[in-house]
Amino acid sequence: MIRHLLSGADLDADTATQILDTAAEMAAVAGREVKKLPALRGRTVVNLFYEDSTRTRISFEAAAKRLSADVINFSAKGSSVAKGESLKDTALTLQAMGADAVVVRHSASGAPHRLAGWVDGSVINAGDGTHEHPTQALLDAYTMRSRLGRLAGLSVVVVGDVLHSRVARSNVLLLSTLGAKVTLVGPPTLIPVDIAAALAPGTDVCYDLDAVLPSADVVMMLRVQRERMNDSYFPSAREYARRYGLDGARMRRMPGHAIVMHPGPMNRGMEITPEVADSPRSTIVEQVANGVSVRMAVLYLLLGGNNR
Amino acid sequence: MNSYLIRNVSVLGAAPTDLLLRDGVVAEAGPGLSAPGATVVDADGLVALPGLVDLHTHLREPGREDAETVETGSRAAALGGYTAVCAMANTSPVADTAGVVEQVWRLGREAGLVDVQPIGAVTVGLAGERLAELGAMADSAARVRIFSDDGHCVADPRLMRRALEYVKAFDGIIAQHAEEPRLTEGAQMHEGEVSTRLGLTGWPAVAEEAIIARDVLLAEHVGSRLHVCHVSCAGSVEVLRQAKARGVRVTAEVTPHHLLLTDARAETYDPVYKVNPPLRTATDIAALRAALVDGVIDIIATDHAPHAVEDKECEWAYARPGMLGLETALSIALDVLGPEWDLIAERMSRTPARIAGLTEHGHDPAPGAPANLTLVDPAARRVIDPAESASRSRNTPYARMALPGRIVATFLRGEATVLDGKAVK
Repeated sequence: MIRHLLSGADLDADTATQILDTAAEMAAVAGREVKKLPALRGRTVVNLFYEDSTRTRISFEAAAKRLSADVINFSAKGSSVAKGESLKDTALTLQAMGADAVVVRHSASGAPHRLAGWVDGSVINAGDGTHEHPTQALLDAYTMRSRLGRLAGLSVVVVGDVLHSRVARSNVLLLSTLGAKVTLVGPPTLIPVDIAAALAPGTDVCYDLDAVLPSADVVMMLRVQRERMNDSYFPSAREYARRYGLDGARMRRMPGHAIVMHPGPMNRGMEITPEVADSPRSTIVEQVANGVSVRMAVLYLLLGGNNR
Repeated sequence: MNSYLIRNVSVLGAAPTDLLLRDGVVAEAGPGLSAPGATVVDADGLVALPGLVDLHTHLREPGREDAETVETGSRAAALGGYTAVCAMANTSPVADTAGVVEQVWRLGREAGLVDVQPIGAVTVGLAGERLAELGAMADSAARVRIFSDDGHCVADPRLMRRALEYVKAFDGIIAQHAEEPRLTEGAQMHEGEVSTRLGLTGWPAVAEEAIIARDVLLAEHVGSRLHVCHVSCAGSVEVLRQAKARGVRVTAEVTPHHLLLTDARAETYDPVYKVNPPLRTATDIAALRAALVDGVIDIIATDHAPHAVEDKECEWAYARPGMLGLETALSIALDVLGPEWDLIAERMSRTPARIAGLTEHGHDPAPGAPANLTLVDPAARRVIDPAESASRSRNTPYARMALPGRIVATFLRGEATVLDGKAVK
């Protein structure tokens, strides 16, 4: 098993599948009256969050606690070079406290890579800047597999602000590894240069959402921040919603079995309408539940819970 | 004054000969010289080059003496084979007055290891809003001729035009850091495949090319001299090639790191590879190397940029851009160009001396020439160890790399600044 989980590229097909299979076993625990396993008793997991993300932090915290690990929440919000402790000094502090795993969320791309060079324990990237969010990709893959029964051969359409999306990067890498076909859709200003060459050669780019909906098995909507329009990525929220938002009419052009995903938090009315978000095709609430199981599997496997 | 008899040295790759340095000049040259009382330097196997001249050095003093001082930077320069360096203006306070440039110039004289020629800021505080007192700096003891807001682009086209025009009165030159700031907001590395993969905001080549294109047109319009700092992209080379073909008075430099390292280095997220302009692609490197050989790019300049440990041992986005360069530049040139001694002398000594107006520098070692020269062992290979650097900082991107060539001795006006590969003071 790998030591750190920093990128979707760290996972080969076998490892990713092992994590998804383990997550399925973990999900069974959630159905029990006592939702706890002794696997990581005596191990310490630190949640090091430089950015607010209540949902991701709670998800990791629940996962670690269900495995009986000791959890330390270290909120370093607002920290920067100018104020507060450096990342290296924080790393050395966590190292001295005997952290077995550090779950890190940071606004700077690559911060988890830097951290991994300074601590002995496992580092799990819980979202770094505009780079990656590999456990989100794993929970998305898990959700697709649960709903559609497979990943190989699926046509997955990822829609929105790919340029700034760590979710998109991790999903492209992981889904391609697992044999799905990814198509990225958005205004050209929000699709980064050389994306296929950069991440996975089979990845397609399309600027027309309506063209790809009839053949999609999965449509994953990305959060689009309204402030992007002040940066001239698109003229207005209304125009964005009209061209790239998923509404009921568009949803009905998808095949009957196709699902709609969103990593949350949603901008209802911007990239997704309430009719779609609340429809039976939407997996948004399942994704949250699956997140805990997948993160249990990641912690369990990275910390060698299976060897004890 | 000491005199030195350098025995069996190959001047620019020619057959071995002897050189006698006395009274600050090369007094005699020829085989089998004798000079009683002179210190003998056995230069068997060594190549003599005119002392190197760096048009782009950050010495950090005043203001960031924890990263470098005029003295430590001068020592690093001498150990790299340099006899003159041009000190950039982005100090704290900024070198935008006669007082600051004279201070830097005086510190250089006191260190006495290389000639330190201050560069003056183009605009007050590098703020890009109004001209600094360029004439006062030109008339000062530092006799400033090169002006640059390096680190910042003089982005306002009207201000750039005025600066180019104004310095004609004292044969000045504007050295532009070509970066259209609206195209590089938040930029962290070259915009391309690697930046997309790493999720780091891209610095597109067009931000450099657009400013160079504008500036060569401005320089042409007003008939002034323009120097382009640290050219990093293939597209910029083509803009320069066309401008030179039209007779525009433009010169350009390339750094050693832009000749050797690609943006793939960023995959480590180690900010030792963060630099502005950023490391680019293999295609750009090939174009820059070809331009350096054919003369579209006139010189190699180091952009030696020391930074304190805490400014590099952090997240990529928070790190300061810049790399050390003085002690490794000649090795990179040898690696890239091979033992083309005349070309190396042209690109690293004669032409930069001419651009900077440093008349005592850039002369091949021959009778009557000022004794500013350096001796290189071309057969040596050395593994770069940051801890051995004479710079106060350690941010070399070449750590653990094996590079060809070693500076054995350097002479400034006939006095040794480096002997046996060690600084004499």
